[in-house]
Amino acid sequence: MSRTGWNRLRNALVLIGALLLLWQGVYWWTGDVALASPLATLRYTAKLVASESFDMHLLDTLRAFAIAYALSVIIGLAVGFWLGFDRLSGDALEPMIVAVYAVPKLTLYPILLLAFGLTLSAKVAFGVLHGVIPIILFTLSAVHNTKPILIKTGRVLKLTRFQMVRWILFPAAIPEIFTGLRVGFALTLIGSLLAEMFASQRGLGYLLMNGIGLHNVELIMAVTLIIVVFAASVSTLLLYVDHRLHRRA
Amino acid sequence: MTRLVVYRTLVIGGILALLEVLCLTGAIDKITMQAPHLMVRDLFRMLVSGRMNGAIVKTLSNTVVALLLALSIGIVVGAVLHRWRALRDTLDPLFATYYAVPVFAFYPFFIVVFGLGDLPQILIAFMLGVVAMIVNTLNGLDRVPPVLVKTARIMRLSQLDTALRVTLPAAAPHIVTGVKLAVAYAFIGVIGSEFIMSRGGTGYEISFAYTSFDNATMYPLIVLILLASVAINAALSRWEQRLLVRRGMRQS
Repeated sequence: MSRTGWNRLRNALVLIGALLLLWQGVYWWTGDVALASPLATLRYTAKLVASESFDMHLLDTLRAFAIAYALSVIIGLAVGFWLGFDRLSGDALEPMIVAVYAVPKLTLYPILLLAFGLTLSAKVAFGVLHGVIPIILFTLSAVHNTKPILIKTGRVLKLTRFQMVRWILFPAAIPEIFTGLRVGFALTLIGSLLAEMFASQRGLGYLLMNGIGLHNVELIMAVTLIIVVFAASVSTLLLYVDHRLHRRA
Repeated sequence: MTRLVVYRTLVIGGILALLEVLCLTGAIDKITMQAPHLMVRDLFRMLVSGRMNGAIVKTLSNTVVALLLALSIGIVVGAVLHRWRALRDTLDPLFATYYAVPVFAFYPFFIVVFGLGDLPQILIAFMLGVVAMIVNTLNGLDRVPPVLVKTARIMRLSQLDTALRVTLPAAAPHIVTGVKLAVAYAFIGVIGSEFIMSRGGTGYEISFAYTSFDNATMYPLIVLILLASVAINAALSRWEQRLLVRRGMRQS
């Protein structure tokens, strides 16, 4: 590993240590009533993960998330390339898509629930609603930023539109598209979890909300910890790949 | 430019017309969605009757409190981190992965600790907004041309004067980007947490109307929130563009 790599690793470790210390400090300050100590939470997490019903909740969340992400990627890439090619549509629709990004999308969830019912499809649709936007936007800008000479070469070779995407645009735009896929991953996860928190009988989001009713602080903190650790570690991994792709380009 | 406007009007008009036709012919039943013209009528009635004013004021005031906290703390922390290299390097992994972590996952925890009041909502909205503000402040300060800072030194400006008259204005376009994001996130945070679980506010009213099949309240409220957030976002984007153009960072 390079020297900057080691530095980054050290920084991350220092940060995790500091956050754990902060957590323990707050625990000492407030006591058992408000929150569980890091050690107790870890112990509870181990117990929770080993329990049978947890598998069902985890699988439910993962299934909704996986379908939603696959759909986000397919729709996002297709729409992104289309808007990238078709200058007029791209220029007209991009600001509208950006505007949708800033809207509190949870308010749209009841509409999806009414349309799909209280099913997996509603959860998936909500995840896609979150995840597809960054993938479209990054793909669109990746196509716009492709060096004109590459596209001209493709034209000279009389490539069809599909060949153009497959052999020229896609390879040239991979670093930026990957950034879109990375952000889309995070947002799809957020979308699926939010859907479960509002209305659902299963899944990690449901477990979280259930913890409020039971006033089970340990359960809430354990599930939050699982979600945060999962999201942070996957995103760190994707960020690493992202940096490498950008450096190579 | 005009072609774009025509295109956009056609797209929005087309979607609305399609919904209208589908609703009127009964392809979308009444329990799922109302026809758009009914939504507008209900929205007008709701605003005139003033029965949602309490909820709207509650949402707005919580958003403003969270936003002011996020903006002020974000700028100060950004400025401090810009000076304090070691701390910034340590916090860098946090900023890089921050928006990948679902902040809303902390909401149940905050409810258990602070109770089901305004505080958990404000905290969530603040947490969502503050990091965008910090990151963009850092971004802006990194891009202040060194020649401006040197000029300030030659003029013997005090530290405060340098910050207020040179660095902050030079970093303004990026800081406005941060403000724009923080506003959107504060809205999302407050309305989202009201929606998940709360005792009042527009998000709560929407989820309450949903559970009681009261479409005449739910759809107008959704439309109101969409319109408000799109309008605010458009105004801030325009301001951002103007600053960028004035700095010569983008053509008008």
